[in-house]
Order: sequence, then structure tokens, then C-alpha cells
Amino acid sequence: MAAGKNLSLFKDKPVKVLLAKPGIDGHDRGMFVLAKAFRDAGMDVLYAGLLPTPEEVVDTAINEDVDVIALSLLNGAHLVVFKKVADLMKKRGIDDIAIVGGGTIPDADKPKLEKLGITGNYGPGTPLKTIIEHIIMRAEEARSRKLGIA
Amino acid sequence: MVDSSSFWSEKFRNIEERNKNEDPQYKKWKKEVLEKWNPGSEEKEFTNSSGIPIKELYVPGDLDGDINERLGYPGTFPFTRGIYPDMYRGRLWTMRMFSGFGTPEDTNRRLKYLIQHGESGLSIAFDMPTLYGYDCNNERAEGEVGKCGVNVSTLKDMEILFDGIDLGNVSTSMTINAPAIVLLAMYMAVAKKQGVPLDRISGTVQADILKEYIAQKEWIFPPEVHLRMIRDMMVFCTEKAPRWNYISISGYHIREAGASAVQELAFTLADGFHYVEMGLDAGLSADDFAPRLSFFFNSSINFFEEIAKMRAARRIWATVLKEKYGARNPRTMMLKFHTQTSGYTLTWQQPLNNIIRTTIEAMAGVLGGTQSLHTNSYDEAWALPSEKAVKVALRTQQIIAEESGIADTVDPLGGSYYLEWLTDEMEKQAYSYFDRIEKAGGILKAIKTGYIQKEIANTSYKRQLRIEEGKEIMVGANKYVEENEPPIKILRISKKAQLSQRKRLNDILASRDQDKVRRSLERLEDAMKDESVNLMPYMIEAVESYATIEEISNIGRRLYGGWKEPVIV
Repeated sequence: MAAGKNLSLFKDKPVKVLLAKPGIDGHDRGMFVLAKAFRDAGMDVLYAGLLPTPEEVVDTAINEDVDVIALSLLNGAHLVVFKKVADLMKKRGIDDIAIVGGGTIPDADKPKLEKLGITGNYGPGTPLKTIIEHIIMRAEEARSRKLGIA
Repeated sequence: MVDSSSFWSEKFRNIEERNKNEDPQYKKWKKEVLEKWNPGSEEKEFTNSSGIPIKELYVPGDLDGDINERLGYPGTFPFTRGIYPDMYRGRLWTMRMFSGFGTPEDTNRRLKYLIQHGESGLSIAFDMPTLYGYDCNNERAEGEVGKCGVNVSTLKDMEILFDGIDLGNVSTSMTINAPAIVLLAMYMAVAKKQGVPLDRISGTVQADILKEYIAQKEWIFPPEVHLRMIRDMMVFCTEKAPRWNYISISGYHIREAGASAVQELAFTLADGFHYVEMGLDAGLSADDFAPRLSFFFNSSINFFEEIAKMRAARRIWATVLKEKYGARNPRTMMLKFHTQTSGYTLTWQQPLNNIIRTTIEAMAGVLGGTQSLHTNSYDEAWALPSEKAVKVALRTQQIIAEESGIADTVDPLGGSYYLEWLTDEMEKQAYSYFDRIEKAGGILKAIKTGYIQKEIANTSYKRQLRIEEGKEIMVGANKYVEENEPPIKILRISKKAQLSQRKRLNDILASRDQDKVRRSLERLEDAMKDESVNLMPYMIEAVESYATIEEISNIGRRLYGGWKEPVIV
């Protein structure tokens, strides 16, 4: 499905995104830029704060009923830590919340993350528009599942 | 001390009233020559990162008042042109390349290699678990051990890190903040084991916790707890380890977090003034301890703006230390600083272009009068630098130092109408920020309420939008873009570091004298509960018993909890 084709899904409730850095990593400049950009794009944005555990991220995502978890790490631990979030979601049987990633992620790691269902995995210099379109696309999938129309 | 708010606003007004260009010749030239040459020239806007509009030309009229008074001669107040009379003619800046990765053995080999090649200034990077006061066997450290720097969990790791290196003969800069007092205690313990007296060790712990809350976000406890630990290092080192710099007041991270050059300048110096006031409150005089305060600035890509920032920083520091904090000794007034080129300006795309960016930024650092310099490597938008990339970065400094002629005379750009005007302008805007911070209740309150962080986040977002709109250019990223670039070869840290660190820690935990550990941690806890006690000796005792960095940090976590940052977006 092309991004934006099914925006009626979000008529009553806008796209809801949880931004989180689930590792031991305080590089949050990009998170704050994204938070503002997502909000300007009409999304409902939550930020998980400094150093949340993967468990906390998953709990927040479920309790807040978000459409997308947007993970970021710039410390090289993405393969271990993003995976923990994806595994926890799977363990809890959640399939109506999408996970996307970003940060300093070498090309070689991207297929490994995609296999876990973590898409995007954008690096520095990616235009905001590209990221926003990707979030909306993944949010559409998640929202369709939530509404049982997938 | 003088009344703060009127001090800052008066400084601001003095500069504002001074530099009004009323030069009739300039006006005539503008009207009769420039406007005829290019009738639309007024429409296009030129600004720098600080949002300062840049005119088409600067002339003597832009620099009213006594320019010599605000420049001074090199090595004399207010040190605008440099803190030493001969600057790089006498001694080049220190080429201090930041390194650290994997296990203490890995980094020890790298340090020895650097020493063999003539380096005497070591600079150590720690990994994320160490920076946040977690042991390598904590579940949260999974996948992070040795990744962004070397891992240190106990004194044993520190002993290996400095094995075969005479701590009486090197100076060691350690980039460590929240647990700085623990790492300093370990360093002192290693020195003791080597038989090196404390008054002979020299080096720096970064320990600038205020900029952690502002920008780098590596704290463990609420601000007051960390500030007390800094006070204790300050007092202890002033007495026992006079060659140790217990703080490096850092603008680098503030800038990387998205601040403009003026914000970096203002917030860093405001942090510095807070530490000075802390020392004064602890009963020291500025001349007792302030000569040991040093700074760390970013050098970004707008060449003249960076040079102006560094020159303005020296002038402000000297003036404020003298006029506000009662310094008498010129050494107290000298702002010494380390520079690192900007990581943010490096692009992931077309990475070789980063060599050029780093060169421009390194030149700005040198022309700004830095005491030491780290040049980033071209592959650092991707990962920790490869050996090949580090070598190019070091050679960049050597070419500037030994081929370019830039270091042949002191402050070669001094007297440039543009640069001097811009230096004044940066200084003026910094004074305006000091006044605003004062009115917001001081820097600590301005951090706790999120005022400073919001200012930075706003600047950062505005800049990102300008980049998106193509108003600000990043070559290769938003202009002259190439599709399908081949990937570059990057450094990868193996999982072996984590395995071997965890094994060593488990061995230590099993073999140390548990009673000794327990007693030392109890004594440390008692000391922490009493504000008036200096923690340093108790920290040294605890690390010497092989208590871990996490056990030590957990005392504070239990007593004071963590700190939740204000919501800023």
C-alpha cells in the first residue's frame, strides 16, 4: 500500500508514535527533531525519555495503544537492543504495532533488522519527508490490523 | 561579587552602543558603487549558525572605540589574541586523538603505540555502560560493552589499561562525567600502586555534569549530587593533586545537540561561572582553583563564526573572572581549551568529503588559538573510525601545523574588520544570554526547567528545516547527491570484548575480600549522607577494595534516585 492512500484510517485518531532509545545511549538530538517534525505532520507523539528498558518501551507502546514504535540508537547496539523490543512484542502476541528503526546502522545490518520486522533503519542525513512517509505507511498497516480490516 | 544582572546588561549595552557604523565613506560607497553594481544585493540574506546577519563588507567604522584595549597583546589581558605570547611558534598545539575501544588490553596496546610514536597526551573514551555507571555484566550492558569506548568495571580494568605506562610521565584526559569521581579514584589508586605521588599525576576528567543535563544526557543522580562530587574533586585536587584538571567545561556536546555557536559559547561559559561560584562557596578563592579550569569547544563548519567564538570566549572569561569573581592572577583569567571538529557536520553520504570539512574546522580551531585538537575521521558518521581514517585525520593536523604557515605568526586574522566585528557580536550576544539565564534563576534552574534544552531543540529543528528546504547546504546530502553509492569499509567491534570483560569481572567478584568491600562501601555511604565530608578518600578506599563502578553508583542511586528530565518537546 502506498503511503497516504488510506488516510481515512486516521480520521478519528491521528497516527500515534512512540519515540524511544531503548539502549544505554543519550544521543537524543535526532529524537527531538523527529518529535517536532512528526507533530508538525499531525501525528500524536510520545517520547520514552532517557534510557528506557526494552520492557518499558513495550509496556508504554501497549498501554498507550500506539501505531508505531520508532527506535533510535547511535551506539552500535541496535542488533541486540532493537531485537529485544521485537522479541518482547512477539512474545506478548502484539501484531498491531509496527516497529521502525533509525540511527547509525550499517547497510549490512539492515536486512537483519528487517527480518525482525523492523523497517526504515534510516541513517543520518535522511530527509524528514522520507521518514514521515515511512511512518505513515507502517502506521496504516498497524491501524488496519487494529481495526480488523487487514 | 558585583550585582549580576546589571553586570551582564551593562556589558551588553557597552558593545551594542559602540559598534554602530556611522562611517560616511561606507554609506557613500554603498549607495554610489555597490547599489549600481548590483541593484538587488540587499535582498539576499546571509546569516551564520547564530542567526547573525552578515553584511557585504566590514570597514573600520564597524569597530568603534579602542580596538587595542579589547584585543590586548597575546599573553596579556584580555587574551583575545591568545593566552601565550608566542602561541604556536613556541610550541604547537597538542594533537590529542581520542581513542578507546573494546577491552582494557585493546586500549592499552593502542596507548602504548601512541606513546611510542611520541605522544605524551593520552585521551581515553569509555563505553556506554561505564559512562552511566553500570558494570559490564549488567543485563542492560548487553551488546554495548567496549562498543563506544573501553569498558571499566573495577580497578582491575584500570590497572590493565595503564599497565606499563608511567603515570608520573604522561598526561591523561579521560572523557568521563557522571562517574568521574570513581574513575579519578581508580586513576589515583593505580598511581599509588606504581609509586607515583598524587602531586605528580597530571591530566583531566571531563566531569562537566551541567552540560550532561543540557546536552549529552549522561547522568546518574539529580544535579546537586553530582555537583557535590565535583566540589569534592575540586577541593581534594587543589590540595593534593595540583596538576590534575578536575573538570573540562564542555561546549562540544551542547553544539552537537543542536545549539548555535552563540548558544554553545553562552551556555558553556555560564556553566563555567557556576563552577567558579561553587569553588568560591567552598571557601576557595578564584586564584586558588580557577587556573585549573579548562574548556572544550566544538569547531564547526562556518569558519569565521568559529574563530570569532573562540576569541570571544577568551575575552569574556578573562573579563568576568577579573571583574566579577575577583581574580588577580593573570593565569586565572586565561581560558585554555581543547577543540574537536564537528561530528554533526559530517555526512554519511560521500564520506571522503568529510576530510575537507574536518580540514576547514581544524583550521578554524588553530586560528581560534586552541591548546589541543582532535580531528574527526571521515568515516565517523558511520561508526568508530577505522585506522586508515584516523591516520588521515592526524595527518590533516600535521599538514596544517607544518606546511600551511598558519602557525607561523600569532593570531594571523587579528585586525580583520569582519572577524573583529564578529568577535564583538558573539561577545555581545553571549552577554545577552547571561542576562536571560540570570533572570531565569541561574543556569542550574534554567537547566532544571528545561529552558536551555528548549532553546537548543528549537535551534536544531529550525536548522533541520532549513536543510530540508535547501536553504542550508550539505554537499552530498541535500545537494550534488549521488545515487547508489558503494558502502565504505568500517570498523566493527567484536563480541569478544563483552565475553572477556564479563569473565574478568566474575573472577574479581569471586576472589576479592568481601568484608573489605562491604566495609568500604558502608563508609562511603556514611560519607555521602554528610554533605560536609569530602568523598574523595572514601572513593579511593572503595575502588581499592575492588568494589565495582555499579556498586559504588548504586549507593547514590539508593540514597538520591535518578533524575527525570523536564519535557522539552
